[in-house]
Amino acid sequence: MSASPITGVGVGRGAVVGPVARAHPVPRVPADAPSPADPAAAADGVTAVFAEVADTLQSRAEAATGTLSEVLSATALMARDAALSGQAAAKVREGVAPSLAVAQVAGQFIEMFTAAGGYMAERATDLASVRDRVIARLEGLPEPGVPALSRPSVVVAEDLSPADTAVLDLANVLGIVIEKGGPTSHTAIIAGQLGLPCVVRATEAAGLKDGDVVAVDAAHGTVIVDPDEDVRAAVEARRAALAELATDTGDGATSDGHGVQLLANIGTAEDAERLTDAAVQGVGLFRTEVLFLDAQTAPTEDDQAAVYARALSALGGRKVVIRTLDAGADKPLAFVTQPGEENPALGVRGYRLVRAAPELLTTQLAAIARAQATTGGTPWVMAPMIATVSEAADFADAARAAGIATVGVMVEVPAIALRARDVLAEVDFVSIGTNDLAQYTMATDRLRGELVDLLDMWQPALLDLVSATAEAGVELGKPVGVCGESAADPVMALVLTGVGVTSLSMSPAAVPGVRFALRAHTLARCQEMAAAARAARTAPEARAAALALVDAHVRAVLALD
Amino acid sequence: MAERTVAVGSKVGLHARPAMLFTQAVAASGASVTIARPGGAPVDASSILFVMGLGVKNGEEVVLAGEDEKVLDELVAMLATDLDAE
Repeated sequence: MSASPITGVGVGRGAVVGPVARAHPVPRVPADAPSPADPAAAADGVTAVFAEVADTLQSRAEAATGTLSEVLSATALMARDAALSGQAAAKVREGVAPSLAVAQVAGQFIEMFTAAGGYMAERATDLASVRDRVIARLEGLPEPGVPALSRPSVVVAEDLSPADTAVLDLANVLGIVIEKGGPTSHTAIIAGQLGLPCVVRATEAAGLKDGDVVAVDAAHGTVIVDPDEDVRAAVEARRAALAELATDTGDGATSDGHGVQLLANIGTAEDAERLTDAAVQGVGLFRTEVLFLDAQTAPTEDDQAAVYARALSALGGRKVVIRTLDAGADKPLAFVTQPGEENPALGVRGYRLVRAAPELLTTQLAAIARAQATTGGTPWVMAPMIATVSEAADFADAARAAGIATVGVMVEVPAIALRARDVLAEVDFVSIGTNDLAQYTMATDRLRGELVDLLDMWQPALLDLVSATAEAGVELGKPVGVCGESAADPVMALVLTGVGVTSLSMSPAAVPGVRFALRAHTLARCQEMAAAARAARTAPEARAAALALVDAHVRAVLALD
Repeated sequence: MAERTVAVGSKVGLHARPAMLFTQAVAASGASVTIARPGGAPVDASSILFVMGLGVKNGEEVVLAGEDEKVLDELVAMLATDLDAE
């Protein structure tokens, strides 16, 4: 019988069973470590350990290929460096504890490299890795970092640095369990991109040892030690089902053929290029602010047109919805900062920038029109943070004058959700940004983690605003999309379909689960779920009411309970 | 003690592969050689950490110093070429 599971926060929906391979933490050196009894012998010992570490790294470099091999070779070279080992040995001869001497000498070089910046600063990471390996060996501790994996394993660590994940032998990584970190940490993001089951913030995983067999369940955020037959069977069933999901690359639709477009959210032309062979029907949100955020001056029409053209070309003839610049608030720009705003989220941001710097929008629309002309694509274009029907009409005029055929606005401000009919009379489509709509409806800062319950998309007031918008779209026969993270929740996706939303845009990794959920239900069933959710008085009740109507097989495969 | 001044010919400067090849050549020579920026403090030329730490870019001059003039001349010839191009 299995002991009670270790709990954490899951990333993704996958599950896997495998042996633990522990990544060991970096050894800490006490600043008051005692002097060696025989300094001369200790100094020779330091020199020998540097040579051993260099040999180990070199043989690993020869066994590896590509980037990993290069990183290991460069690290081996540093371990062999005469100045590094020589200075450390000299300090030991003067009576400094071996580990402390290594830490001090390496620390000086690391400081020098970090100060130099750029390429040199990156080498500081390699040097730190040499330092940690040498000190671990001197102290008789296991080698720090991710071990060389000889078989498919679940990597368990206190935390993994980007350098650690860069050298992971992915072919042998079944899953990742991290004691610290959070769902937005570097490791979690990488695991999500690779589709690896991952559980973060699993504090009790500190007790796991090399070779322990564990079942990692990302959907439930659990790690079970010594899983029994039932657990293994459930994991196997989920793996098979998830693998099956990925083979369905068809358009999004309910079981009775009601189409709902499944689209991806992207921020760069590179993101678009990754979608060339992906099973998505297009891009529902191209956040263009990434182009602007690091710039000291506004990007030129030429620069922007080139980026938009790359994205349009990458998607072939598929739908691409470009959102005009959404800056301000938490995304300040060097060249249009509005200093001293007390409530930036309520200030000059999104479309409102047109009041302060109208040329930004004019240039952007011209660039999109140019990309349209050079690629033959027909992007849809929408503006963020629209609050009135007049703003929607002004934007539509400007975009159409620039030559954009399909013009829309984002629904993020409750005022515009309540007047969706009038807005849709002015534009061709709307797209609901559920994250900001929640923030403005619930008067709750999106960045305040402790208020996350107020931002729950299942809040009945939010469901009402989304429904009001979708109903206006159905009535006027115009598309209403959702491009917030809520579209990635399979149960919410069914409810959104039920209220009349026509497209769902999310991170590409979430698409297969949503597509699978849609396939298993009729439109009428989705409408029942929407009615049940809207009849509830609280967010948990709303989700429970919708979930009760979800097909049992879908609930099991996607681990929705 | 002899000295030689030479402008670094490698496009990437005295980093990465060029730094590795240079320090290996110094170590292989068995001679004691230092390297410095003109007017700067000389450091052990066989140490890749010290050499990379100088941060010498393409076209910048360095001063080599050592007892063995033949070794110095070979190292000067090496630094003057683009070591990444080989």
